Amino acid sequence: MNNISNERKLYLKKEKKNKITVFITQISILIFFIVIWEVAANKGWIDSFIMSQPSKIWETIANLSSNNLLEHIGVTVFETLVGFLVGTFLGVIVAIILWWSKFLSKVMEPYLVVLNSLPKIALGPVIIIWVGAGMPAIIVVAISISLVVTILEILNGFMNTDKEKIKMIRTFNATKLQTLVKVIIPANISTFINSLKVNIGLSLVGVISGEFLVSKAGLGYLIVYGGQVFKLDLVMASVLILAIVAAIMYQSVVILEKVILKNHK
Amino acid sequence: MSKEILTLKDVSKKYQAKNGEIEALKNITFSVNEGDFVSLIGPSGCGKSTVLSIIAGLEEKSGGKIMLDGEEISTISNKIGYMLQKDSLLEWRTIYKNVILGLEVTKQRTKENEDYVIDLLKKYNLYEFKDKYPTQLSGGMRQRVALIRTLAIKPKILLLDEAFSALDYQTRIMVTNDIYNILKKEGKTVLMVTHDISEAISMGDKIVVLSNRPAVVKAIHNIEFPNIEKNPVNCRNCPEFSKYFDTLWRELDVHA
Repeated sequence: MNNISNERKLYLKKEKKNKITVFITQISILIFFIVIWEVAANKGWIDSFIMSQPSKIWETIANLSSNNLLEHIGVTVFETLVGFLVGTFLGVIVAIILWWSKFLSKVMEPYLVVLNSLPKIALGPVIIIWVGAGMPAIIVVAISISLVVTILEILNGFMNTDKEKIKMIRTFNATKLQTLVKVIIPANISTFINSLKVNIGLSLVGVISGEFLVSKAGLGYLIVYGGQVFKLDLVMASVLILAIVAAIMYQSVVILEKVILKNHK
Repeated sequence: MSKEILTLKDVSKKYQAKNGEIEALKNITFSVNEGDFVSLIGPSGCGKSTVLSIIAGLEEKSGGKIMLDGEEISTISNKIGYMLQKDSLLEWRTIYKNVILGLEVTKQRTKENEDYVIDLLKKYNLYEFKDKYPTQLSGGMRQRVALIRTLAIKPKILLLDEAFSALDYQTRIMVTNDIYNILKKEGKTVLMVTHDISEAISMGDKIVVLSNRPAVVKAIHNIEFPNIEKNPVNCRNCPEFSKYFDTLWRELDVHA
């Protein structure tokens, strides 16, 4: 450690300085935005009834219990997690089935393409009628949004697995199950993780859309409710919390990724 | 005279395509004796690798007969070890887990076979790397690991399919030398496909030359270097080497 050249020291210093500058700039933009917003609302440059203002949003968040915010956060997180887990699990299972049977995969191809491009939220009213208004409908909307994407992404990963590796294990007379377990699945761990990262976001989109359509609780419900009764502080506070929830969920997947990759070179 | 371990008799292969039938191989007949190293060469695209795939049971033949160790074979057999162009090591498995892959798949992971693998790793200087991952090894070492993975199932014959062509020139010379010495030391019978005439001469005891498509056996040469103890590096300096090279070059009838 002691024999670092001066040139290297300068380089490291410069790198560190760059990093700090970027961070300070990022934070400054946020603070600047909040301050301008607050000042503009106080001075009457903008209508705080329509635009809300940071101090009021903060008050709403600080006053968690009176708004039952925690309960709403809990509902949204629960619905998202269930949608995410079920959507991902089903997606992987279907992808495995389609990889297993080339015939089935060919048959299903046009259906998957159409379903993938269809805005799933259009199915919302149908889902509500079928499943019933309430939490199950919201979870089904979340599943419907992440399912097809998962199937397509995982199947694509399976199909693009190194052909030479598959040929190599075939030379040992491996069964299809052995090929799946020993080559296809481990070779696609990064595909799984990418799929998880995409799905956590998509599930949240599905849950919020579902809550917009039909719900009595959840952040999506709060946003719609706040909008209808012109409680813009509540809407903004909900959006802010939603952003934080989304970031925490995404970061949890990133941590999971690190744990998995540590055990899987 | 040593015994014939692999015999191909009138093996043919036709591919069915939308726009017609393609005849890839026509009446391929040759044999490989126990302990021999046979090189199979031919113009590019003539179907050399198809011959290996058919012997290995990865592709079906359209006609003919293949005998291995006195029995006719038509599907994948554990008596055959196959080494591909790329080492195809599984990056998520340690070196040890990679070399026992074949034993796991063929359900032969016994104490005796595991000891045999450990012996091979020790003998060929890989034992200390057994808990490392493939990305931590050099190209040459990776090829050695791939070879031990193939040897682990104790095949009667090894098929090498352009096994060294993914390596750069210098590594390739060293690796061919290395692998050749291992195979000779283990007394293995080998059938190797290569597009490299020098490699075919420097490793082979016998060379089978295939023609353009539909491939037929154009010639079979016995390769002998009477004055040296043969290995892929030192035989390149012998006068016989260039003689064989010229003959094969003419037979392959290569055009730019």
